[in-house]
Amino acid sequence: MQNIIDVQKLRKEFKSFSSRSGLKGAFRDLFTRNYTIKTAVDDISFTIKKGEMVGYIGENGAGKSTSIKMLTGILTPTDGKVVVNGMNPHKEREKFVKTIGVVFGQRSQLWWDIAVQESFRLLKKIYNVPDQQYEVHMKDVIETLDIGPLLDKPVRKLSLGQRMRCELAAALIHNPPLLFLDEPTIGLDVLVKLKIREFLKRINEKYGTTILLTTHDLSDIEALCERVVMLDEGKIIYDGPLKELRENWAEGKQIQFQFSEAAALEELQILTKEHLVVWEKGESDLIWVASVDSDETVISGVIGKVTAAKKIADLKILEISTEEIIRNIYVEGAVRHG
Amino acid sequence: MGKYLEMIRIRFLMMLAYRTNYYSGILIYSINIGAYYFLWSAIYGGKENIQGLSITQMTTYIAVGWMARAFYFNNIDREIAIEIKEGKVAVEMIRPYPYLNMKMMQGLGEGIFRLLFFSVPGMVIVSLVFPVDLSANAETWIYFFISIIFSFIINTQINLLAGIATFFLFNNDGLIRAKRVVIDLFSGLILPLSFYPMWAQNVMGYLPFQGISYIPSMIFTEGFKGSQVFEGLFNQAVWSVLLIIPVYVLWTLAKRQLVVQGG
Ligand SMILES: Nc1ncnc2c1ncn2[C@@H]1O[C@H](COP(=O)(O)OP(=O)(O)O)[C@@H](O)[C@H]1O
Ligand SMILES: [Mg+2]
Repeated sequence: MQNIIDVQKLRKEFKSFSSRSGLKGAFRDLFTRNYTIKTAVDDISFTIKKGEMVGYIGENGAGKSTSIKMLTGILTPTDGKVVVNGMNPHKEREKFVKTIGVVFGQRSQLWWDIAVQESFRLLKKIYNVPDQQYEVHMKDVIETLDIGPLLDKPVRKLSLGQRMRCELAAALIHNPPLLFLDEPTIGLDVLVKLKIREFLKRINEKYGTTILLTTHDLSDIEALCERVVMLDEGKIIYDGPLKELRENWAEGKQIQFQFSEAAALEELQILTKEHLVVWEKGESDLIWVASVDSDETVISGVIGKVTAAKKIADLKILEISTEEIIRNIYVEGAVRHG
Repeated sequence: MGKYLEMIRIRFLMMLAYRTNYYSGILIYSINIGAYYFLWSAIYGGKENIQGLSITQMTTYIAVGWMARAFYFNNIDREIAIEIKEGKVAVEMIRPYPYLNMKMMQGLGEGIFRLLFFSVPGMVIVSLVFPVDLSANAETWIYFFISIIFSFIINTQINLLAGIATFFLFNNDGLIRAKRVVIDLFSGLILPLSFYPMWAQNVMGYLPFQGISYIPSMIFTEGFKGSQVFEGLFNQAVWSVLLIIPVYVLWTLAKRQLVVQGG
């Protein structure tokens, strides 16, 4: 299958200028200025195939937005190769941007003072969308996102969730084969998030739209993406299936015991000394969590020993959450393989 | 082409949404024109004409100057400055159109709105109150309209330059304000250029500003006669083309900074 995005050794450095102090310093600044170089994206390489939905994750300042800006042609790379939809985003800007859709969660692309449908109409003209195609496609988009009643309102009167759904519709007016979303669900409530996720899944299935999504909300990724690319300080530290990430990192399970009477750490450690267990206290003396390997004999062994010795009110076996996995990865700084 | 017409339409709608802001504007312009009328009446005293203009021509010159200003004047310098500061210009790069052309169209939408809802009713009011001489000559009207289209082009290109300068200056509010004063003074809006001392007239002959107000107003009042009209229009046309160069150069530099430094 063909690569929609092909990125090789992509790099972006920013110069940040600092001012010298005093009058003499200001004068010298006129001729040469002090600057430091910040590497926001550090030699990253990856490819994305048609129809994929990829989660691009990382903490604040990891370089996600900078990468998206290079992929959409807003920024030029300092070094490296970018081919998107078979084009260099810079060389053929006007032709290229017609083949992508972009949503920046923190920035509105609709015209603030006019009704949403006027913005749509303008975008339809800008992208030269034929009436026929517009009617069919947008009717579907408007219905799925449930924005019909919002169309005659000016953007400034919409709530964030309403605006975001309109932004998404606006980015899709020309039905682009590739969609970039930079933090599309930031600050939205759960119901709107669900609606947006459902919508993205639907256009991905219906039109085979390739979607690259940055977020620091992992539940978005879990709901949508099979593949994640994880970024830390400008470098890719993991690129692969979300499932594998979970398997490699969530090797263990957690067993949560709720006792009828208070328990002490030493007591529990002695009880389970035959197995490799890490005990942690929960919210009170009554609740304790045992982290163990995902091994049947260990799990049943620990449960057997503990339940034989102590009265239990409740018992849960927990999977380690993706959130926790990611946190572990950042703490250790690199991804363990195999 | 469709997208440009659509942009003009949208801006027109936006202005329409805020139209009440403009009623007070008509009043302010009328008061301005009235004040100048009384000032000039005093200056003329009993004199038939000064610098070849009669008192009626003078009043007409002032009235037409202000009403034309409503058409060529726009805020896109300030808008561009704000969009640069807020990082919106970067996002505009993902649209399949040239940003500056789109801005110019927005200015045009604004201009057409004011021409219809501001200049026309304003002119009717003013000509009822003051001795303004609206030419009966169709040719004069045609040359005047061609001329204010050039006024719009020249003024808007200067606005583009002032707006783009935000990329290179930390704060260019001062620049934008200074530019407005310079245009009002040197364009001949407040005082016909023929009233300035000779050396100043010579200097202004080499600047684009007279093409913004002096030339269309002189055409309308028929202060320009025969070949002077064509010389005026030619001067405007030359500046409309010449100004493309600095706009293009500055915008190219700005875009380079935008894509390298992220604005
Ligand atoms: N225009 C810029 N000039 C200087 N530094 C920048 C610029 N844009 C981003 N950076 C820096 O690059 C790093 C990555 O930023 P960004 O891509 O916005 O991160 P993310 O989107 O992952 O939160 C940050 O340290 C940020 O401060
Ligand atoms: Mg970001």
